[in-house]
Amino acid sequence: MRWRRCGKDAALLDCDSLDQMRAAHATVLAARPPEVVDLVPGARSLLVVGGVAAVRALLEAADLAHPPSAEPREVTLDVRYDGEDLSLIAADAGISTDAVVDLHTGAVYTVAFTGFAPGFGYLTGLPAPLRQPRLESPRTRVPAGSVGLAGEFTGVYPRESPGGWRLLGHTSATLFDPHADPPALFAPGDRVRFRSVR
Amino acid sequence: MRSLEVLDPGRYALVEDLGRPGYAHLGVAPSGALDTTSLRLANRLTGNPEHAAGIEALLGGLSVRFTAAVTAAVTGPAVDVRIDGRPAGSHAPLPVRAGQTLTLGTPSAGLRCYLAVSGGIAVEPVLGSRSRDVLSGIGPPPLHAGDVLPLGEPGIPVGADVVVSVRAPAELVVPVTLGPRDDWFDDPAGGLAAGWTVTAESNRVGLRLDGTPLRRAVDGELPSEGVVTGAIQVPPSGLPVVFLADHPTTGGYPVAAVVKTAALSALAQARPGTRIRFRPS
Repeated sequence: MRWRRCGKDAALLDCDSLDQMRAAHATVLAARPPEVVDLVPGARSLLVVGGVAAVRALLEAADLAHPPSAEPREVTLDVRYDGEDLSLIAADAGISTDAVVDLHTGAVYTVAFTGFAPGFGYLTGLPAPLRQPRLESPRTRVPAGSVGLAGEFTGVYPRESPGGWRLLGHTSATLFDPHADPPALFAPGDRVRFRSVR
Repeated sequence: MRSLEVLDPGRYALVEDLGRPGYAHLGVAPSGALDTTSLRLANRLTGNPEHAAGIEALLGGLSVRFTAAVTAAVTGPAVDVRIDGRPAGSHAPLPVRAGQTLTLGTPSAGLRCYLAVSGGIAVEPVLGSRSRDVLSGIGPPPLHAGDVLPLGEPGIPVGADVVVSVRAPAELVVPVTLGPRDDWFDDPAGGLAAGWTVTAESNRVGLRLDGTPLRRAVDGELPSEGVVTGAIQVPPSGLPVVFLADHPTTGGYPVAAVVKTAALSALAQARPGTRIRFRPS
């Protein structure tokens, strides 16, 4: 674990693993020093904007092997597995499309971090056969609610946008609504399951 | 209701305040006025709190009519300001009567003019801010002719203030702190200190620069990580992008250095063609 300077008011905590980042994130969230403006998890890092000195002191005193255990929020999404790349994903995994759906719905995912667009979560926990590269050429238009995968992540497009993830299906759930509280369905640390509907 | 009507938005006019920090973990950018110094000044001149919403008008050209008597102020680069066609001047509190029209000319240097009106622009806030975020489409849409914007309750205009118009020189020296990923580059300080040119692809998301590409010392991919406003991100081309207020909240390319907050307002006024040298400290 190593702190890296990120301008005058922020610092990036470079972690050795996603688990270590989660422990640090949970520790800071539990105490939430008031000077902290933003706390942004990444794939192996935690960006702290504001209150850097307080967070450093907090983490130096903390036992990251035993982070505070808050019950994670659980979210279940209904998905129609009719994505354009379902056959491609099945072929690359060497299994049937039904087996792809079973694998994707059988796993429990964790929102590791967000980005790309408001409400877009990078979800870890993807079964190994489904860890596949992104498309060679991205689509210029991916519909809102599309459920996709790329590398070690699965995720849902909150709104129509360009995108290069392989598409499994779609959900009618609202991923981001700036007038709702909370505005995003996914926040880092949440547990997510997918359920197949027809 | 006190309001203003947009007669002509000019090139591109947006409602902006000081943004919505605190939602980056959900993928929402801080957004807000790019030249916060100028928005704060315009607000002080009109008796508003510094965080009130005003209009950010790219290259001026904005024309608005008021339904009530207001105090208005235009800041940013020096620009021609007229009330019902009569020269009124920028960087000063201007009394405007109900029914009168305020029109901005085009600044000869700089990019973004700021109009503040006593009471502030009082459109409905989204996630605690009235700012338009052009990357995510959150906040009030870009202004169009015919838009009517409500105004809030006016405060008491202050008398004196430190009033300077923005200088937008052809060459800027921008202070930065190296990191978080300066060790991913060969001689990051030297590379950044060499001259860069602002390109026309720049916008509220980022300032795209052209010059001698920075050379990577580390191959491989960076796991996505959070980025701050002012981050100098270097994609595989080696040509840096300086993230401005509407930047993505995480990114997968290394950030070589971060622009000091006080220098961001000057970058907001840098036209394409402006030469930039980063001074690491």
